[in-house]
Amino acid sequence: MNFINYLSERPKLTQLGIVLIVFFILMSMTGLYHDLIVERHLFAKSVVKGEIQSSVGFAESMSMILNWQLPPQLVRIPELTFYHPVINTSATYVLIALLVTAGLLYKSFAESVNKSQWLRVNWFQIISKGFVGIIVGLLFIPTLYNWFFGEVTRSTFWEIPFMLQDFSQYLIFEFWQTPVYDPEIEDYEDYGRVRLFTRAIGVTLLFLINLVRELLIGGFETVVSLANVFSDQSGWDWLNENKDKWYSSVPAIPWTVLTAGAFILGYKLQGVGLSILAGFSCIYLAVFGQWEPAMQTLSFVLVAAPVSCLSGVIWGVLAYKSRTVERVITPLLLIAQTFPHFAYLVPVIVFFGIGDHAGAVATIIFATPPMIRLTLLGLKRVSPEVSDAGRMSGCRNYQLMFKVLIPTARRDILIGVNQVIMQCLAMAVIASFIGAMGLGFNLLLALNQLRVGQALELGICIVLIAVVLDKLSLAWADKQTDYFADLSFVERNKTALLFVAVFFAAILFAWFGNWVFADTAKGINYFYLIPHNKGITTEPFWQAGVDYMVSNWRAGIKIFNTWLLVEVLMPMKASFLAMPAIATFVLTMGIGYIIGGIRSAIVVGLFMLFIALTPWWERALITMYMLTFAVIVSVVIGTIVGAICVQNKRATKFILLVCDTFQTFPSFIYLIPVIMLFGVTDTSVLIAVIVYAVIPPTRYTVEGLRNVPESLLDAGDMSGVTKLQRMFKIEFPLAFPHIMLGVNQCVVFALFMVIIGAFIGTEDLGQEIMQQLFSGGNIGSGLMLGLCVAFIGLAMDHLIQTWAEKRKTLLGLS
Amino acid sequence: MSDQQPVIKCDSVYKIFGKNAEKMLQDANGKVVAAEFQKAGCVVGVNNASFEVNKGEMLVVMGLSGSGKSTLLRCISRLTDATAGNIYIEGEDLISMSDKELIELRRNKMGMVFQSFALLPHKTVLENIAFPLQVKGNSTKDSIKRAKDMVDLVGLTGRENYFPRQLSGGQQQRVGIARSLAVEPDIWFLDEPFSALDPLIRKEMQDEFLRLQGVLNKTILFVTHDFDEALRLADRIAIMKDGIIEQLDTPANIVLNPETEYVRKFTEDVPREKVLKIKSVMEPVGDETDFSDLRVSEDALIETVAEAVLGDPKSVPVLNANDDIVGVVHSSKVIHVLFGENSTLESNA
Ligand SMILES: Nc1ncnc2c1ncn2[C@@H]1O[C@H](COP(=O)(O)OP(=O)(O)OP(=O)(O)O)[C@@H](O)[C@H]1O
Ligand SMILES: [Mg+2]
Repeated sequence: MNFINYLSERPKLTQLGIVLIVFFILMSMTGLYHDLIVERHLFAKSVVKGEIQSSVGFAESMSMILNWQLPPQLVRIPELTFYHPVINTSATYVLIALLVTAGLLYKSFAESVNKSQWLRVNWFQIISKGFVGIIVGLLFIPTLYNWFFGEVTRSTFWEIPFMLQDFSQYLIFEFWQTPVYDPEIEDYEDYGRVRLFTRAIGVTLLFLINLVRELLIGGFETVVSLANVFSDQSGWDWLNENKDKWYSSVPAIPWTVLTAGAFILGYKLQGVGLSILAGFSCIYLAVFGQWEPAMQTLSFVLVAAPVSCLSGVIWGVLAYKSRTVERVITPLLLIAQTFPHFAYLVPVIVFFGIGDHAGAVATIIFATPPMIRLTLLGLKRVSPEVSDAGRMSGCRNYQLMFKVLIPTARRDILIGVNQVIMQCLAMAVIASFIGAMGLGFNLLLALNQLRVGQALELGICIVLIAVVLDKLSLAWADKQTDYFADLSFVERNKTALLFVAVFFAAILFAWFGNWVFADTAKGINYFYLIPHNKGITTEPFWQAGVDYMVSNWRAGIKIFNTWLLVEVLMPMKASFLAMPAIATFVLTMGIGYIIGGIRSAIVVGLFMLFIALTPWWERALITMYMLTFAVIVSVVIGTIVGAICVQNKRATKFILLVCDTFQTFPSFIYLIPVIMLFGVTDTSVLIAVIVYAVIPPTRYTVEGLRNVPESLLDAGDMSGVTKLQRMFKIEFPLAFPHIMLGVNQCVVFALFMVIIGAFIGTEDLGQEIMQQLFSGGNIGSGLMLGLCVAFIGLAMDHLIQTWAEKRKTLLGLS
Repeated sequence: MSDQQPVIKCDSVYKIFGKNAEKMLQDANGKVVAAEFQKAGCVVGVNNASFEVNKGEMLVVMGLSGSGKSTLLRCISRLTDATAGNIYIEGEDLISMSDKELIELRRNKMGMVFQSFALLPHKTVLENIAFPLQVKGNSTKDSIKRAKDMVDLVGLTGRENYFPRQLSGGQQQRVGIARSLAVEPDIWFLDEPFSALDPLIRKEMQDEFLRLQGVLNKTILFVTHDFDEALRLADRIAIMKDGIIEQLDTPANIVLNPETEYVRKFTEDVPREKVLKIKSVMEPVGDETDFSDLRVSEDALIETVAEAVLGDPKSVPVLNANDDIVGVVHSSKVIHVLFGENSTLESNA
């Protein structure tokens, strides 16, 4: 009886108990787990015998990938026998669903007061409900029916990727054609307008990127191609004829000019600190011989970031103005938060092909959502009185938007800009898979050759560019005009004049360089441009370190690795795969119910249902297994490290700095060292994931603990708690909601990294996405796979957020 | 006609929030009951408001939180569209104005001050004040010059280049006031301008406001939920409850002759000397000749002269605007107002 009392006082605990019991009963009913454990023993045996080795080395597979081939370990996704939910189609279901929808609409109509206005008011609802009705009728109901009662054939849901693929092909090639003159065959040919449109976008972007690029590192193609617009082919002919002449190519701006410019700009915008940061970053780029790729990346970012910001603000404003746009855009933004990078690439290569422009398009698509979200958030947070004040001042609509609302929402919009820059540089590496030039591409090459040191230097370049651009843009936005200074022309433009002076000085300097370096063997003018990989490098140092690790630690690591794989990871994976779908649903929906009631249960259930209906359920299970493991380990490490560091002011500062740096670091870099030490195994992937995903929990723990109100701590001290008690009884509970945000971020980071782990060789959703990407791209599959990943993230996100919110309200912190 | 024409004229103005507001209002046939609308998911903001405000007059709108004061103000400035009714600004129909005319009207005739100041955070004091002028298309130089005058007027000289976040609440509201006055509006709307300030500053700002009004003499619609404030400032007071204007009258009449139970409750605790003028307690000059040397004006509030009158054993003569003696006031009467039963007092104000 005591026990029952105990439970009835803790309803949540009871619920959890029930959910777990049901879950385990369902688990044990399948017997799948047993089979998989047998497989594990076989695996363990073969490891001991030394049979398990990756058939192809990482270096080889990288170079294969760069050549658009799939290395064997990626092609061979092990077959998993698993019960797929399957169905066949029938018009009856569509009819039923439409009838239900019609019934709902009629109910709404009958209840409405103003019948004549009903259609006008509810048109959006009608269309969206009709749409949902068709989808449900076509896909969900038959699938569900057959899942429980039907025979095993292909599911309608499985056809969606192919339908989407066909549709996109139709869209590109056949939809709304128009004849276009093709000079090659000297005749008109029919082109789809969509293709012409995407091509126009691509050409424009390419032109912009080239323009910036050639300004920075020389070249003449842009100018010629611009001239071509006015006079057919003659520009190119002229260029080809005069290839060797000095005037056929614009010389690059010497790196000294840009460096001096960075010093001046930094000083002008903020002061000495920023000036030094910007200037020395440029010097780093030049001295380490990464100037050219850095400028290529920069040109790419300088085009993509403004376009993203602009389109982000435009969509944000539209969503603010129109409820309809907002309602359409909100779920898309939500999905974009957890949609994996690679999944963006698939549709991009289909519509835009490969090259710098495609990279730019992918980057823009990837970097715009946070901007939209923050713009919308910022605009919504503007107090209504401020916008009223604007209207009472007699603002027209555009004045209200541009002079009142947007400037008032500035803080949030600036955070958006910051996010855009970070996202652009995060994409710098990934975009190079579809042909973007620059640091990212070189980083991949370095990875390919397993040159850790060089990859590290390149990574630092990317971090520096990100940090400098970020700080410069913030400082620029903070700049204010001064109405009182009554300055002369020279005084007002002194920075510009200074720059002009430096410009000529540096060019002269570069010219002198011709003599200074004339007698060195290679004839490189270091004052003009330090060629790629001709600068100083710290590579030997890192290489020695890695070599040392590999030669001295390898044996120990191998023992650890085998143990981890055989005793922890394999069983864990096996149990995930052995979960019957129904058990997974019971577990996730049950936890959803405990945390957020029936609503959360349904939300999580719907996300899971989508995944269950696709052909990739078991892939998703593997993703979830890796995610779970990585998140648990990251959170444990992160909170512990955070809690220790926060005890000391200097350690706190240091750890935050480390977090910042690691976060901007291109995540690919983490892949090499682990792969050298742990081989092509799940361990490698997981360690890379953990290294990356441990950042948010650490940061949020530090911040959360630091921001516990002083008065509460004092109160604790007064009641005589020990240091440990204070930690566990006061600080942690109060910081809990904030730490949960860190866990949430951790999930997102880990998910991204798990997908990137496909490069090491995994068997999960990420691998499927890679397949789509490298097999030329089935848009439908790419998108659906992306959605699967996104939904895993969103389900976790929903649960964690709801939980944190509840705690917050409980603590009275919200 | 031009002199008599009211500056603001409202004619059965309704504002109802909610989906089917218009339809419901039509069905209700002018008889709006807030509770019924509430059930149907509508909120009544303003319920059948009709009144006029004359040139140079200050109408104070009072009521508890949520009684619809701001909504009324927003209807008259057309920040929201009234659901029904007519509003005339200097004889022109506000409701039928096009956007363009409305903007012109706001740019030239209206100014508004907000409870939370509503300054633009990215602009300095000077830029904030110059903002309405710049929006209008004035040159930056002119606008800044005018803004500087306004800064002097509200006593913020020396802080032109501060940002709103660097100012105290009182100072921020001075900026708000200066901004609303920059275009020299004829009509001045103030929505609880001093509510966010602490009592001392509030008193100071009220004095400042009275001084400004003394100089500028604008037509004012002033919203407050502080009765003392209303009494200090108002020519006439409108008391609102659930969107209905319960009574619109002079301060003295509101206190002495409450028309509804609600207004009576509302004014119950108001000290009489704060609303009554000497006129209401003076007696005709009798045959006595032994007057005090003191003279008081018939329009003075009792509160302000009570001490002097009480300190004088003799009757004090009362003067009208032309300095003619129109009556006398005895200290006994003043004592009666200050300490006696409220209900026995008759008003002739
Ligand atoms: N945009 C709106 N949508 C729906 N209801 C509103 C809206 N604005 C105001 N209301 C409702 O109208 C009623 C009157 O609001 P109003 O802001 O005019 O009150 P108030 O008298 O100014 O109160 P306070 O003293 O708190 O400022 C309130 O019940 C409020 O909830
Ligand atoms: Mg209000």
